[in-house]
Amino acid sequence: MTELAANDPLPKPKRDIAPVLLPIAVALVMIPLIGSPSTWLTLTAASLAMGMMIFIMASGLTLVFGLMDVLNFGHGAFIAVGAYVATLVLAPFAASIQADSLWMNLAVLAPAALLSMAVSGALGLVVERVLILPVYGQHLKQILMTTGGLIVAEQTLYALWGPQIIPMPLPASLRGSFILGDVAIAKYRVLAMLIGLAIFIAIQLVLNRTKLGLLIRAGVENREMVEALGYRIRRLFLGVFMTGSALAGLGGVMWALYREQVHASMSDDLTVLIFIVVIIGGLGSIGGCFIGAILVAMVANYGGFLVPKLALVSNILLMVAILMWRPRGLYAVTSR
Amino acid sequence: MTDLLRLSGVHTHIGRYHILQGIDLAVPQGQVTMLLGRNGAGKTTTLRTIMGLWQASSGEISLAGERIESRATPDIARLGVGYVPESMAVFSDLTVKENLVLAARDGPLDDAQLDWIFGFFPALRRFWLSRAGSLSGGQKQMLSIARAIIEPRKLLLIDEPTKGLAPAIVMALIECLKEIKREGATILLVEQNFFAARELGDNVLVMDNGTIVHRGEMAALAADVPLQERLLGLSLEAHQ
Repeated sequence: MTELAANDPLPKPKRDIAPVLLPIAVALVMIPLIGSPSTWLTLTAASLAMGMMIFIMASGLTLVFGLMDVLNFGHGAFIAVGAYVATLVLAPFAASIQADSLWMNLAVLAPAALLSMAVSGALGLVVERVLILPVYGQHLKQILMTTGGLIVAEQTLYALWGPQIIPMPLPASLRGSFILGDVAIAKYRVLAMLIGLAIFIAIQLVLNRTKLGLLIRAGVENREMVEALGYRIRRLFLGVFMTGSALAGLGGVMWALYREQVHASMSDDLTVLIFIVVIIGGLGSIGGCFIGAILVAMVANYGGFLVPKLALVSNILLMVAILMWRPRGLYAVTSR
Repeated sequence: MTDLLRLSGVHTHIGRYHILQGIDLAVPQGQVTMLLGRNGAGKTTTLRTIMGLWQASSGEISLAGERIESRATPDIARLGVGYVPESMAVFSDLTVKENLVLAARDGPLDDAQLDWIFGFFPALRRFWLSRAGSLSGGQKQMLSIARAIIEPRKLLLIDEPTKGLAPAIVMALIECLKEIKREGATILLVEQNFFAARELGDNVLVMDNGTIVHRGEMAALAADVPLQERLLGLSLEAHQ
């Protein structure tokens, strides 16, 4: 490569839009395979809603992975704890939840979600200080500690709430679908899409428009140099870990409402999906995580419709395909 | 001339390797002290140990009379130490502007300081909003040095700034460092390029196998070819 002199014009930076086009291409390819446009639209809406929920749960984990180099196999505990905390708020207000008024529903749902985030974030503080802090830089011990933490959290939930599945019905105003011709799009899925999109935009604004965001992005790339500039990155780690835990709690509430049930092991299957999303997105990349979550949800929905027998392995196949194309994920931010 | 930085009996282990084996050195205030030596002599480890990136196993490090060997890297940086690593370590995903905004720790960028930096490195003004990852090697080095001097620092630790750069860019960097020196900066500069060392250095320390094997004035070493060959394995002429 020719070295540029100081005054040579820089080549215009290439915008890497191939990963952005990938979900669009997948969706378009599916139109003739699925056949019915209304089914395709329903499946696409389901994919986007599911993708947004997975993104909310995975976004914290990708930053924790990228910034802190921590393998947190206990991330699912925050999801389950968030969902259980929501049941504590929603149960006494069952009448408000079943009232046919969007505002009454939201007046209960919003505090439940905020409390879930607060409790999951606080649990994140405890986990980081007690389980993660002693094993920074030691991946094997991180896996052991966080997996152990997950088991303890699950068993504690069983001990407190019992082994039974707890129903968590959707608020009355979020039941049903918007009907557009032949197409039915569930109202809750639209809400999930809007919340996911809002969180994605908020994270992008923080990362790109604030000094805190600059520090996080710089820390993902080179923690040592951030410290050499005089910033105490451990405090930043803690803040990111708590935020990631809180987002996982919110994702737990949304997923529980989506499935209309809560149980202590609800995060077990989700954790696999979340790790796939983080890996194919590129460790530490919020944009990659967003696209990865949509792709994973598309594969689950389109794949489940077209080839149900492949449902169990479809996301693993997706991960293999993406990593063969881009070995460090869709958007490589760290060198790990 | 008072010493800004002092190392006394500093040992550093990295894993099972004993890299620094009792370093004693002093960096006088307002001067450029060159740290020379063959590859693997321990020069980079010395800078990283001062910066707290690797912990000294034993010994004392003091900056302006204050002990720093047990301090964390951010605390050492906040005492006024700027660090330019060998790898440059610019944040490639951030723009030139964002790299400098982060380096200006205690507030917004100072316009007068920026103009001073742009005087040395006009390319940084032109590529202000370009991602640092798209800069050339020389431009990245300029950004890395600009990041270290965007705020007043007591001491600059600079690791091989001319490594791998084209001769014209090396000359520009030497001029920049001369200007920083004229402003009264105290610099500990690791350099393999003896020509750059001769141009910039007031004092010289030569390392071998984790110890200081020679200390003196740079001009004296530059004039003593047999000593250069004995200490460094090459004479100054070999670099011209």
